[in-house]
Amino acid sequence: MTDTAPQIAPDTGDPKFAGYAKQDRLVSTQWVADRLGADGPTEPGLVLVESDEDVLLYESGHIPGAVKVDWHTELNDPVTRDYVDGEGFARLMRAKGIARTDTIVVYGDKSNWWAAYALWVFTLFGHEDVRLMDGGRQKWEAEGRELTRTKPAPEPSDYPVVERDDSRIRAYLPEVREAIGEIPLIDVRSPQEYTGERTHMPAYPEEGALRGGHIPTARSVPWATAANEDGTFRSAEELRRIYLDELGLQPEGEIIAYCRIGERSSHTWFVLEHLLGFDSVKNYDGSWTEWGNAVRVPIATGEEPGEAPAR
Amino acid sequence: MSAPTAAASADLPLPASLQEIADDFAAMPEGERLQLLLEFSDELPALPPRLAEHPELLEPVPECQSPIFVLTELDDGAAEGTASAEAPVRLFFSAPAEAPTTRGFAGILAEGLDGHTAAEILSVPADFPLRLSLTKAVSPLRLNGMSGMLARIQRQVREHLAARP
Repeated sequence: MTDTAPQIAPDTGDPKFAGYAKQDRLVSTQWVADRLGADGPTEPGLVLVESDEDVLLYESGHIPGAVKVDWHTELNDPVTRDYVDGEGFARLMRAKGIARTDTIVVYGDKSNWWAAYALWVFTLFGHEDVRLMDGGRQKWEAEGRELTRTKPAPEPSDYPVVERDDSRIRAYLPEVREAIGEIPLIDVRSPQEYTGERTHMPAYPEEGALRGGHIPTARSVPWATAANEDGTFRSAEELRRIYLDELGLQPEGEIIAYCRIGERSSHTWFVLEHLLGFDSVKNYDGSWTEWGNAVRVPIATGEEPGEAPAR
Repeated sequence: MSAPTAAASADLPLPASLQEIADDFAAMPEGERLQLLLEFSDELPALPPRLAEHPELLEPVPECQSPIFVLTELDDGAAEGTASAEAPVRLFFSAPAEAPTTRGFAGILAEGLDGHTAAEILSVPADFPLRLSLTKAVSPLRLNGMSGMLARIQRQVREHLAARP
Protein backbone atom coordinates (compact mmCIF):
# COMPACT_ATOMS: atom_id res chain seq x y z
CA MET A 1 0.00 0.00 0.00
CA THR A 2 1.28 3.44 -0.82
CA ASP A 3 0.15 6.60 0.85
CA THR A 4 -0.80 8.46 -2.30
CA ALA A 5 -4.21 10.01 -1.96
CA PRO A 6 -6.82 8.85 -4.45
CA GLN A 7 -7.27 11.22 -7.35
CA ILE A 8 -11.02 11.10 -7.14
CA ALA A 9 -12.44 12.34 -3.85
CA PRO A 10 -14.36 9.86 -1.68
CA ASP A 11 -18.14 9.84 -1.70
CA THR A 12 -19.18 11.95 1.27
CA GLY A 13 -22.81 12.20 0.17
CA ASP A 14 -24.01 9.25 2.25
CA PRO A 15 -23.66 9.94 6.00
CA LYS A 16 -23.37 6.19 6.60
CA PHE A 17 -19.99 6.12 4.88
CA ALA A 18 -18.49 8.58 7.38
CA GLY A 19 -18.70 5.94 10.10
CA TYR A 20 -16.50 3.40 8.34
CA ALA A 21 -12.82 3.00 9.16
CA LYS A 22 -11.89 3.67 5.54
CA GLN A 23 -14.26 6.17 4.04
CA ASP A 24 -13.04 5.94 0.46
CA ARG A 25 -14.02 2.34 -0.36
CA LEU A 26 -17.76 2.67 -0.92
CA VAL A 27 -19.70 4.89 -3.27
CA SER A 28 -23.46 5.18 -3.55
CA THR A 29 -25.56 4.57 -6.63
CA GLN A 30 -26.33 8.30 -6.59
CA TRP A 31 -22.61 9.15 -6.62
CA VAL A 32 -22.18 7.00 -9.71
CA ALA A 33 -25.29 8.44 -11.37
CA ASP A 34 -24.00 11.97 -10.73
CA ARG A 35 -20.85 11.16 -12.71
CA LEU A 36 -22.54 9.47 -15.62
CA GLY A 37 -23.10 10.81 -19.11
CA ALA A 38 -24.86 9.10 -21.97
CA ASP A 39 -21.76 7.05 -22.83
CA GLY A 40 -20.41 6.39 -19.37
CA PRO A 41 -18.45 8.07 -16.58
CA THR A 42 -17.70 11.72 -17.25
CA GLU A 43 -15.07 12.04 -14.55
CA PRO A 44 -11.57 11.37 -15.95
CA GLY A 45 -9.91 8.37 -14.34
CA LEU A 46 -13.18 6.80 -13.22
CA VAL A 47 -13.92 3.28 -14.51
CA LEU A 48 -17.01 1.22 -13.80
CA VAL A 49 -16.60 -2.56 -13.67
CA GLU A 50 -19.50 -4.99 -13.49
CA SER A 51 -18.71 -8.42 -12.02
CA ASP A 52 -21.52 -10.93 -11.69
CA GLU A 53 -22.15 -14.53 -10.94
CA ASP A 54 -24.38 -14.75 -14.01
CA VAL A 55 -22.07 -14.57 -17.01
CA LEU A 56 -24.79 -13.07 -19.23
CA LEU A 57 -26.18 -10.44 -16.88
CA TYR A 58 -23.85 -7.70 -18.14
CA GLU A 59 -24.90 -8.44 -21.73
CA SER A 60 -28.56 -8.19 -20.73
CA GLY A 61 -27.97 -4.57 -19.64
CA HIS A 62 -25.34 -2.68 -17.62
CA ILE A 63 -24.56 0.81 -16.39
CA PRO A 64 -23.58 2.94 -19.40
CA GLY A 65 -19.84 2.77 -20.01
CA ALA A 66 -19.22 -0.08 -17.57
CA VAL A 67 -16.86 -2.86 -18.64
CA LYS A 68 -17.33 -6.47 -17.60
CA VAL A 69 -14.88 -8.59 -15.65
CA ASP A 70 -15.90 -12.22 -15.23
CA TRP A 71 -14.45 -14.14 -12.27
CA HIS A 72 -14.69 -17.54 -13.95
CA THR A 73 -13.37 -16.81 -17.40
CA GLU A 74 -11.13 -13.79 -16.80
CA LEU A 75 -9.81 -13.64 -13.23
CA ASN A 76 -9.12 -17.37 -12.90
CA ASP A 77 -6.27 -19.16 -14.59
CA PRO A 78 -7.88 -21.48 -17.15
CA VAL A 79 -5.81 -24.49 -16.10
CA THR A 80 -4.50 -24.25 -12.55
CA ARG A 81 -6.89 -23.44 -9.71
CA ASP A 82 -5.40 -20.00 -9.16
CA TYR A 83 -5.80 -16.44 -10.31
CA VAL A 84 -4.15 -15.05 -13.40
CA ASP A 85 -0.52 -13.96 -13.02
CA GLY A 86 0.93 -10.48 -13.41
CA GLU A 87 1.11 -10.77 -17.20
CA GLY A 88 -2.44 -12.06 -17.41
CA PHE A 89 -3.78 -9.33 -15.16
CA ALA A 90 -1.99 -6.61 -17.11
CA ARG A 91 -3.40 -8.05 -20.36
CA LEU A 92 -6.90 -8.04 -18.87
CA MET A 93 -6.64 -4.48 -17.56
CA ARG A 94 -5.20 -3.21 -20.85
CA ALA A 95 -8.03 -4.78 -22.81
CA LYS A 96 -10.57 -3.18 -20.50
CA GLY A 97 -8.91 0.20 -20.88
CA ILE A 98 -8.09 0.45 -17.18
CA ALA A 99 -4.98 2.38 -16.15
CA ARG A 100 -2.99 1.69 -12.99
CA THR A 101 -3.97 5.07 -11.51
CA ASP A 102 -7.67 4.78 -12.37
CA THR A 103 -10.36 4.75 -9.73
CA ILE A 104 -12.28 1.48 -10.26
CA VAL A 105 -15.83 1.20 -8.99
CA VAL A 106 -17.02 -2.41 -9.02
CA TYR A 107 -20.65 -3.47 -8.76
CA GLY A 108 -22.49 -6.71 -9.41
CA ASP A 109 -25.30 -9.12 -8.65
CA LYS A 110 -25.93 -11.17 -5.50
CA SER A 111 -25.29 -8.33 -3.02
CA ASN A 112 -21.91 -7.61 -4.59
CA TRP A 113 -20.34 -11.01 -3.80
CA TRP A 114 -18.55 -11.19 -7.09
CA ALA A 115 -17.82 -7.49 -7.09
CA ALA A 116 -16.13 -7.92 -3.71
CA TYR A 117 -14.31 -10.94 -5.08
CA ALA A 118 -13.05 -8.92 -8.06
CA LEU A 119 -12.04 -6.09 -5.74
CA TRP A 120 -10.11 -8.55 -3.60
CA VAL A 121 -8.30 -9.96 -6.66
CA PHE A 122 -7.50 -6.43 -7.88
CA THR A 123 -6.04 -5.82 -4.44
CA LEU A 124 -3.77 -8.86 -4.81
CA PHE A 125 -2.21 -6.95 -7.69
CA GLY A 126 -1.95 -3.81 -5.59
CA HIS A 127 -4.40 -1.73 -7.59
CA GLU A 128 -4.64 1.22 -5.27
CA ASP A 129 -8.05 2.77 -5.72
CA VAL A 130 -10.80 0.21 -6.11
CA ARG A 131 -14.22 0.76 -4.55
CA LEU A 132 -17.59 -0.95 -4.41
CA MET A 133 -20.91 0.59 -5.35
CA ASP A 134 -23.02 0.05 -2.23
CA GLY A 135 -26.05 -2.13 -2.98
CA GLY A 136 -24.66 -3.24 -6.34
CA ARG A 137 -26.75 -4.00 -9.35
CA GLN A 138 -29.81 -4.85 -7.32
CA LYS A 139 -30.07 -1.34 -5.84
CA TRP A 140 -29.27 0.36 -9.14
CA GLU A 141 -32.10 -1.57 -10.81
CA ALA A 142 -34.49 -1.11 -7.91
CA GLU A 143 -34.02 2.62 -8.24
CA GLY A 144 -35.01 2.40 -11.88
CA ARG A 145 -31.68 3.74 -13.08
CA GLU A 146 -30.46 3.43 -16.62
CA LEU A 147 -29.07 0.20 -18.05
CA THR A 148 -27.86 -0.24 -21.60
CA ARG A 149 -26.81 -3.08 -23.86
CA THR A 150 -24.33 -0.88 -25.69
CA LYS A 151 -20.84 -2.08 -24.88
CA PRO A 152 -18.07 0.48 -24.54
CA ALA A 153 -15.03 0.16 -26.79
CA PRO A 154 -12.29 1.36 -24.46
CA GLU A 155 -8.90 2.48 -25.73
CA PRO A 156 -6.36 -0.14 -24.59
CA SER A 157 -4.38 1.09 -21.60
CA ASP A 158 -0.70 0.64 -20.77
CA TYR A 159 -1.33 -1.19 -17.48
CA PRO A 160 2.04 -2.36 -16.14
CA VAL A 161 2.89 -5.94 -15.28
CA VAL A 162 2.75 -6.14 -11.50
CA GLU A 163 3.36 -9.46 -9.79
CA ARG A 164 0.57 -10.66 -7.56
CA ASP A 165 1.31 -10.40 -3.84
CA ASP A 166 -0.69 -13.06 -2.00
CA SER A 167 1.14 -12.65 1.30
CA ARG A 168 -0.99 -9.99 2.94
CA ILE A 169 -4.61 -10.90 2.19
CA ARG A 170 -4.68 -14.46 0.86
CA ALA A 171 -4.40 -17.62 2.97
CA TYR A 172 -3.49 -21.12 1.76
CA LEU A 173 -4.47 -24.41 3.36
CA PRO A 174 -1.23 -25.04 5.33
CA GLU A 175 -1.46 -21.58 6.90
CA VAL A 176 -5.09 -22.12 7.81
CA ARG A 177 -4.22 -25.47 9.36
CA GLU A 178 -1.55 -23.82 11.48
CA ALA A 179 -4.02 -21.10 12.42
CA ILE A 180 -6.49 -23.48 14.11
CA GLY A 181 -6.62 -22.59 17.77
CA GLU A 182 -4.18 -19.71 17.22
CA ILE A 183 -6.10 -17.03 15.38
CA PRO A 184 -9.83 -16.51 14.77
CA LEU A 185 -11.37 -18.27 11.77
CA ILE A 186 -14.65 -17.03 10.35
CA ASP A 187 -16.92 -19.34 8.36
CA VAL A 188 -19.33 -17.17 6.35
CA ARG A 189 -21.37 -19.95 4.72
CA SER A 190 -24.97 -20.76 5.53
CA PRO A 191 -25.69 -22.47 8.88
CA GLN A 192 -26.50 -25.74 7.07
CA GLU A 193 -23.13 -25.75 5.39
CA TYR A 194 -21.39 -24.93 8.68
CA THR A 195 -22.95 -27.81 10.60
CA GLY A 196 -22.21 -30.26 7.81
CA GLU A 197 -25.84 -30.90 7.05
CA ARG A 198 -24.97 -30.03 3.47
CA THR A 199 -21.72 -29.51 1.63
CA HIS A 200 -22.80 -26.72 -0.63
CA MET A 201 -25.10 -23.84 -0.36
CA PRO A 202 -28.78 -24.33 -0.95
CA ALA A 203 -29.43 -24.38 -4.72
CA TYR A 204 -25.72 -24.60 -5.59
CA PRO A 205 -25.17 -28.35 -5.70
CA GLU A 206 -22.46 -28.50 -8.31
CA GLU A 207 -19.55 -27.13 -6.33
CA GLY A 208 -19.67 -29.70 -3.61
CA ALA A 209 -17.17 -31.30 -1.33
CA LEU A 210 -16.73 -34.87 -0.18
CA ARG A 211 -17.07 -33.99 3.50
CA GLY A 212 -19.34 -31.56 5.31
CA GLY A 213 -18.74 -29.43 8.37
CA HIS A 214 -16.34 -26.64 9.22
CA ILE A 215 -12.73 -26.00 10.15
CA PRO A 216 -12.41 -26.64 13.92
CA THR A 217 -12.66 -23.45 16.02
CA ALA A 218 -14.18 -21.45 13.12
CA ARG A 219 -17.10 -19.29 14.18
CA SER A 220 -20.20 -19.16 12.02
CA VAL A 221 -20.97 -15.67 10.77
CA PRO A 222 -22.95 -15.94 7.52
CA TRP A 223 -21.92 -13.23 5.07
CA ALA A 224 -25.44 -11.79 4.97
CA THR A 225 -25.05 -10.71 8.59
CA ALA A 226 -23.16 -7.73 7.16
CA ALA A 227 -25.76 -6.84 4.54
CA ASN A 228 -29.11 -5.10 4.52
CA GLU A 229 -32.11 -6.41 2.59
CA ASP A 230 -31.39 -4.09 -0.32
CA GLY A 231 -27.85 -5.44 -0.71
CA THR A 232 -26.13 -2.46 0.92
CA PHE A 233 -23.68 -2.87 3.79
CA ARG A 234 -24.86 -2.36 7.35
CA SER A 235 -23.77 0.75 9.20
CA ALA A 236 -20.42 0.88 10.99
CA GLU A 237 -22.22 0.80 14.31
CA GLU A 238 -24.11 -2.38 13.41
CA LEU A 239 -20.97 -4.00 12.00
CA ARG A 240 -18.98 -3.20 15.14
CA ARG A 241 -21.71 -4.70 17.28
CA ILE A 242 -21.69 -7.93 15.25
CA TYR A 243 -17.97 -8.49 14.74
CA LEU A 244 -16.43 -6.77 17.79
CA ASP A 245 -19.01 -6.90 20.56
CA GLU A 246 -20.79 -10.18 19.80
CA LEU A 247 -17.95 -12.09 18.20
CA GLY A 248 -15.16 -10.54 20.22
CA LEU A 249 -12.81 -10.01 17.29
CA GLN A 250 -9.83 -7.75 17.84
CA PRO A 251 -9.18 -5.21 15.07
CA GLU A 252 -5.43 -5.42 15.65
CA GLY A 253 -5.26 -9.22 15.49
CA GLU A 254 -5.18 -11.57 12.52
CA ILE A 255 -8.31 -13.11 11.04
CA ILE A 256 -8.98 -15.61 8.27
CA ALA A 257 -12.36 -15.84 6.53
CA TYR A 258 -13.53 -18.63 4.25
CA CYS A 259 -16.65 -19.90 2.51
CA ARG A 260 -17.02 -22.34 -0.39
CA ILE A 261 -14.84 -20.89 -3.13
CA GLY A 262 -13.90 -17.53 -1.65
CA GLU A 263 -16.59 -15.29 -3.10
CA ARG A 264 -18.83 -14.82 -0.07
CA SER A 265 -15.79 -14.51 2.18
CA SER A 266 -14.54 -11.70 -0.07
CA HIS A 267 -17.67 -9.85 0.99
CA THR A 268 -16.80 -10.37 4.66
CA TRP A 269 -13.13 -9.62 3.94
CA PHE A 270 -14.20 -6.25 2.52
CA VAL A 271 -16.20 -5.52 5.66
CA LEU A 272 -13.37 -6.36 8.05
CA GLU A 273 -10.54 -4.89 5.97
CA HIS A 274 -12.14 -1.67 4.79
CA LEU A 275 -15.33 -0.89 6.66
CA LEU A 276 -14.01 -1.88 10.10
CA GLY A 277 -10.32 -1.33 9.30
CA PHE A 278 -8.89 -4.52 10.81
CA ASP A 279 -5.11 -4.79 10.56
CA SER A 280 -4.71 -8.24 9.06
CA VAL A 281 -7.58 -10.01 7.34
CA LYS A 282 -7.01 -12.87 4.94
CA ASN A 283 -9.40 -14.63 2.61
CA TYR A 284 -8.87 -18.38 2.33
CA ASP A 285 -10.13 -18.77 -1.24
CA GLY A 286 -9.48 -22.52 -1.34
CA SER A 287 -12.29 -22.56 1.19
CA TRP A 288 -14.57 -25.54 1.67
CA THR A 289 -14.14 -26.90 -1.85
CA GLU A 290 -10.50 -27.46 -0.90
CA TRP A 291 -10.78 -28.23 2.83
CA GLY A 292 -13.80 -30.52 2.44
CA ASN A 293 -11.94 -32.56 -0.18
CA ALA A 294 -8.49 -32.60 1.43
CA VAL A 295 -7.17 -35.78 3.02
CA ARG A 296 -6.64 -35.87 6.82
CA VAL A 297 -7.47 -32.27 7.64
CA PRO A 298 -9.49 -31.90 10.85
CA ILE A 299 -13.21 -31.20 10.48
CA ALA A 300 -15.83 -30.31 13.08
CA THR A 301 -19.55 -30.93 12.56
CA GLY A 302 -22.59 -29.50 14.30
CA GLU A 303 -23.29 -26.07 15.65
CA GLU A 304 -20.30 -25.78 17.97
CA PRO A 305 -16.98 -24.41 16.66
CA GLY A 306 -15.16 -27.45 18.06
CA GLU A 307 -11.74 -27.85 19.63
CA ALA A 308 -8.34 -27.45 18.04
CA PRO A 309 -6.88 -30.94 17.57
CA ALA A 310 -3.87 -31.82 19.72
CA ARG A 311 -0.63 -31.05 17.94
CA MET B 1 -20.82 -36.15 -9.57
CA SER B 2 -23.21 -34.33 -11.85
CA ALA B 3 -20.76 -33.94 -14.73
CA PRO B 4 -22.08 -35.77 -17.76
CA THR B 5 -20.28 -38.98 -18.63
CA ALA B 6 -19.47 -37.51 -21.98
CA ALA B 7 -17.00 -39.97 -23.43
CA ALA B 8 -19.51 -42.73 -24.03
CA SER B 9 -22.08 -40.48 -25.66
CA ALA B 10 -19.73 -38.30 -27.70
CA ASP B 11 -20.56 -40.16 -30.89
CA LEU B 12 -24.33 -40.12 -30.51
CA PRO B 13 -25.96 -37.83 -33.04
CA LEU B 14 -28.00 -34.85 -31.89
CA PRO B 15 -31.54 -34.25 -33.13
CA ALA B 16 -31.27 -32.03 -36.22
CA SER B 17 -32.79 -29.02 -34.45
CA LEU B 18 -30.20 -29.11 -31.67
CA GLN B 19 -27.37 -29.82 -34.10
CA GLU B 20 -28.38 -26.69 -35.98
CA ILE B 21 -28.15 -24.63 -32.79
CA ALA B 22 -24.79 -26.20 -31.94
CA ASP B 23 -23.55 -25.35 -35.44
CA ASP B 24 -24.72 -21.75 -35.07
CA PHE B 25 -22.70 -21.35 -31.87
CA ALA B 26 -19.66 -23.07 -33.38
CA ALA B 27 -19.77 -20.76 -36.41
CA MET B 28 -19.58 -17.66 -34.21
CA PRO B 29 -16.32 -16.09 -33.10
CA GLU B 30 -15.64 -16.84 -29.43
CA GLY B 31 -16.45 -13.29 -28.38
CA GLU B 32 -19.92 -13.28 -29.93
CA ARG B 33 -21.25 -16.55 -28.57
CA LEU B 34 -22.61 -14.90 -25.44
CA GLN B 35 -24.56 -12.56 -27.69
CA LEU B 36 -26.28 -15.53 -29.31
CA LEU B 37 -27.02 -16.99 -25.88
CA LEU B 38 -28.57 -13.64 -24.94
CA GLU B 39 -30.88 -13.91 -27.96
CA PHE B 40 -32.08 -17.28 -26.72
CA SER B 41 -32.57 -15.74 -23.29
CA ASP B 42 -34.60 -12.87 -24.72
CA GLU B 43 -36.74 -15.20 -26.80
CA LEU B 44 -37.64 -17.72 -24.10
CA PRO B 45 -41.43 -17.92 -24.36
CA ALA B 46 -43.44 -16.77 -21.35
CA LEU B 47 -45.56 -19.33 -19.54
CA PRO B 48 -49.13 -19.65 -20.79
CA PRO B 49 -51.59 -18.10 -18.29
CA ARG B 50 -52.88 -21.48 -17.05
CA LEU B 51 -49.32 -22.30 -15.83
CA ALA B 52 -48.33 -18.78 -14.86
CA GLU B 53 -51.15 -18.91 -12.33
CA HIS B 54 -49.94 -22.26 -10.97
CA PRO B 55 -46.15 -22.10 -10.71
CA GLU B 56 -46.24 -25.00 -8.24
CA LEU B 57 -46.89 -27.35 -11.19
CA LEU B 58 -43.36 -26.75 -12.47
CA GLU B 59 -40.33 -28.67 -11.20
CA PRO B 60 -37.37 -26.70 -9.81
CA VAL B 61 -33.90 -27.38 -11.25
CA PRO B 62 -31.48 -27.01 -8.34
CA GLU B 63 -28.46 -27.73 -10.54
CA CYS B 64 -28.77 -24.17 -11.82
CA GLN B 65 -27.33 -21.34 -9.78
CA SER B 66 -30.43 -19.28 -10.43
CA PRO B 67 -34.05 -20.24 -10.01
CA ILE B 68 -35.54 -22.07 -12.98
CA PHE B 69 -38.59 -24.27 -13.24
CA VAL B 70 -39.48 -26.74 -15.95
CA LEU B 71 -42.59 -28.66 -16.95
CA THR B 72 -43.21 -31.12 -19.77
CA GLU B 73 -46.54 -32.25 -21.16
CA LEU B 74 -47.21 -35.15 -23.49
CA ASP B 75 -49.46 -33.79 -26.21
CA ASP B 76 -51.20 -37.01 -27.29
CA GLY B 77 -54.79 -35.89 -26.81
CA ALA B 78 -56.08 -37.19 -30.12
CA ALA B 79 -54.06 -40.37 -29.98
CA GLU B 80 -55.28 -41.60 -26.60
CA GLY B 81 -54.09 -45.11 -25.92
CA THR B 82 -51.66 -45.27 -28.82
CA ALA B 83 -47.93 -45.69 -28.47
CA SER B 84 -47.02 -42.32 -27.10
CA ALA B 85 -43.26 -42.26 -27.69
CA GLU B 86 -44.16 -40.63 -31.01
CA ALA B 87 -46.41 -38.05 -29.33
CA PRO B 88 -45.13 -34.50 -29.32
CA VAL B 89 -43.92 -33.07 -26.03
CA ARG B 90 -44.53 -29.48 -24.92
CA LEU B 91 -41.82 -27.82 -22.82
CA PHE B 92 -42.48 -24.95 -20.42
CA PHE B 93 -39.88 -22.93 -18.54
CA SER B 94 -39.97 -20.19 -15.97
CA ALA B 95 -36.87 -18.18 -15.04
CA PRO B 96 -36.49 -14.58 -13.90
CA ALA B 97 -34.99 -11.84 -16.06
CA GLU B 98 -32.10 -11.45 -13.61
CA ALA B 99 -30.92 -14.95 -14.52
CA PRO B 100 -30.22 -14.52 -18.25
CA THR B 101 -27.72 -17.38 -18.50
CA THR B 102 -30.24 -19.84 -17.14
CA ARG B 103 -32.91 -18.33 -19.38
CA GLY B 104 -30.56 -18.74 -22.33
CA PHE B 105 -30.07 -22.45 -21.57
CA ALA B 106 -33.83 -22.86 -21.30
CA GLY B 107 -34.31 -20.92 -24.55
CA ILE B 108 -32.00 -23.33 -26.39
CA LEU B 109 -33.91 -26.36 -25.12
CA ALA B 110 -37.26 -24.70 -25.91
CA GLU B 111 -36.19 -23.78 -29.43
CA GLY B 112 -34.60 -27.15 -30.11
CA LEU B 113 -37.01 -29.54 -28.42
CA ASP B 114 -40.46 -28.02 -27.83
CA GLY B 115 -43.00 -29.92 -29.92
CA HIS B 116 -40.60 -32.74 -30.73
CA THR B 117 -41.47 -36.36 -30.01
CA ALA B 118 -40.86 -38.04 -26.70
CA ALA B 119 -38.51 -40.47 -28.42
CA GLU B 120 -36.49 -37.64 -29.88
CA ILE B 121 -36.20 -35.83 -26.56
CA LEU B 122 -35.07 -39.02 -24.85
CA SER B 123 -32.42 -39.50 -27.53
CA VAL B 124 -30.58 -36.28 -26.67
CA PRO B 125 -27.16 -37.27 -25.32
CA ALA B 126 -26.32 -36.03 -21.83
CA ASP B 127 -23.26 -34.19 -23.08
CA PHE B 128 -25.27 -31.91 -25.37
CA PRO B 129 -24.46 -28.77 -23.30
CA LEU B 130 -20.75 -29.46 -23.77
CA ARG B 131 -21.19 -29.56 -27.57
CA LEU B 132 -22.37 -25.95 -27.74
CA SER B 133 -18.88 -24.43 -27.94
CA LEU B 134 -19.71 -22.47 -24.79
CA THR B 135 -17.32 -24.07 -22.31
CA LYS B 136 -14.83 -21.23 -22.69
CA ALA B 137 -17.27 -18.33 -22.75
CA VAL B 138 -19.57 -19.66 -20.05
CA SER B 139 -17.38 -22.19 -18.13
CA PRO B 140 -18.13 -25.90 -17.71
CA LEU B 141 -19.37 -25.34 -14.17
CA ARG B 142 -22.15 -23.08 -15.33
CA LEU B 143 -23.04 -25.49 -18.14
CA ASN B 144 -23.83 -28.11 -15.48
CA GLY B 145 -27.06 -26.22 -14.96
CA MET B 146 -28.17 -27.01 -18.47
CA SER B 147 -27.31 -30.69 -18.01
CA GLY B 148 -29.56 -30.64 -14.95
CA MET B 149 -32.41 -29.14 -16.97
CA LEU B 150 -32.04 -31.73 -19.72
CA ALA B 151 -31.89 -34.61 -17.25
CA ARG B 152 -35.08 -33.44 -15.54
CA ILE B 153 -36.90 -32.99 -18.83
CA GLN B 154 -35.96 -36.52 -19.88
CA ARG B 155 -36.99 -37.96 -16.53
CA GLN B 156 -40.38 -36.23 -16.73
CA VAL B 157 -40.90 -37.56 -20.26
CA ARG B 158 -40.02 -41.10 -19.16
CA GLU B 159 -42.53 -40.79 -16.34
CA HIS B 160 -45.23 -39.64 -18.78
CA LEU B 161 -44.57 -42.65 -20.97
CA ALA B 162 -44.56 -45.06 -18.04
CA ALA B 163 -47.93 -43.73 -16.95
CA ARG B 164 -49.53 -44.65 -20.32
CA PRO B 165 -51.22 -48.04 -20.83
